[in-house]
Amino acid sequence: MRRLVWRAAELAEIVTETATARTLRFRVPEWPGHLAGQHVDVRLTAEDGYTAQRSYSLAGPADGDLVDLTVETAPDGEVSPYLTEVIEVGDQVELRGPVGGWFVWRPESKAPVVLVAGGSGIVPLMAMIRARRQAGSRVPFRLLYSLRDPDRRYYAEELRRPDPGLDISYLYTRSAPSGVSRPAGRIMLDDLAEGGWPATFEPDCYVCGPTGFVEAAADLLLALGHAPERIRTERFG
Amino acid sequence: MNIISRGFRGRHRPDGDRVPPGQYLVDDFPVLSAGPTPRVPPDRWEFAIDTEAEQTHRWSWQEFMALPSETPTVDIHCVTKWTKLDTTWEGVSLDVLFEDVETAAEYALIYSYGGYTTNLPLEDLLDGKAWIVHRFDGEELEPRHGGPARLIVPHLYFWKSAKWVRGIRLLNEDWPGFWETAGYHNYGDPWREQRYEGD
Amino acid sequence: MTAEHLDGNALAGPLGEIFAVDVTAATGRCASCGLAGPVASLRVYGPDPGLVARCPGCEEVILRLVRGPGTAWLDLRGTVSLRVNLPD
Repeated sequence: MRRLVWRAAELAEIVTETATARTLRFRVPEWPGHLAGQHVDVRLTAEDGYTAQRSYSLAGPADGDLVDLTVETAPDGEVSPYLTEVIEVGDQVELRGPVGGWFVWRPESKAPVVLVAGGSGIVPLMAMIRARRQAGSRVPFRLLYSLRDPDRRYYAEELRRPDPGLDISYLYTRSAPSGVSRPAGRIMLDDLAEGGWPATFEPDCYVCGPTGFVEAAADLLLALGHAPERIRTERFG
Repeated sequence: MNIISRGFRGRHRPDGDRVPPGQYLVDDFPVLSAGPTPRVPPDRWEFAIDTEAEQTHRWSWQEFMALPSETPTVDIHCVTKWTKLDTTWEGVSLDVLFEDVETAAEYALIYSYGGYTTNLPLEDLLDGKAWIVHRFDGEELEPRHGGPARLIVPHLYFWKSAKWVRGIRLLNEDWPGFWETAGYHNYGDPWREQRYEGD
Repeated sequence: MTAEHLDGNALAGPLGEIFAVDVTAATGRCASCGLAGPVASLRVYGPDPGLVARCPGCEEVILRLVRGPGTAWLDLRGTVSLRVNLPD
């Protein structure tokens, strides 16, 4: 039996992803390990006892007792502004997890994979990409990454490096860089038809992003003939 | 014992004697929801009081808006620990709505569009303690805050102030509502910190 | 974009405090309309004052979870059954 407990986590490293997002690497003694796609709950406690908690996706496979979270600041948020602006290396938070056994990719899986990310929904999908690379899996992955403009790209450098068996399509919704033929706009049927796998390949589809994005993308996948049980979704607020 | 995160303060600021125990002041107006936001156009809106003798008093939007209104300024306290001072509302006192209602019931079950319910003793709705409001801060009440009309009972935790209110059922026996059947306190007095069942 | 609801993946931590297995991967059946699907696909409102999980088909309440100090209240009245995959 596994009992879910709060663990002390100390910030070990900060990596800036964009103007509003950063990756936090926490050291969590006796971290039990996790699957790609799982998340953790983070709890902050103020000196007067006030607490706030929020869930974040793990951004990659565990490296011993080090775990990575990528956090986008929410303008009206309470936890995320602390994590993106205030916390420094050496500070502590409490962390509980890993949790979630449905929106996960397992390295032993043989089905081709379509990943569909809306904005910061890339985080758990990046964990799957990294887990695939770490496991030496040859399962073909295709990522469709919808984002406002190129400055919003997380993990930009890592995703630029060639990763055999991983194809990436960037779908810019507001402004596309010069040289990109696709006009800026929301995800459409053609995007998924061209950048994903045909339904006849029976790929596992993972969709993560804001609620509206996830619903639109999942509907398009259904329209392309993908079986509902092969479409896994995760929404965030 | 929780571990303290250095530099974390949250968005609250604690304050003086207008703030019940365990509460923090906020300036914004957090929105908490237990389901999709109902959209009720005023021409389909109706408010009813159903008595224990199965008599129903009904008001259409037009009839409701024709009733004498008040503009209470009150402090509100949410069980999730935020308190907002000096909120201004406009609406009809429950005393006005109960004027012609004959009842010996002791309990009230508030029910809302969307299925939400909450319970309280009838006396907590009377004597200038509760209103059905349709304006907040000088503006029409937004759907996310309970528009077109919500109950406010500011002396109890704010979950008793049902959004999208549709009616009040008067009962001889107490009938716990949505949160009251899921661990929250049956009465919910913020000054006695009655948050959870057993507090 | 303001999201009104999350999904059942958000129940993993709070339910993980109560159950030894991951319930979000289990298949539940709605007591109101009979729709079956993974708990992870439910529409979840909250987390405050409590988590309310609704059926994506009919919007009826499937599950409610309130966490107080030292106590959790779990209401599963909207669920006919849960199918949980377990290792042998």
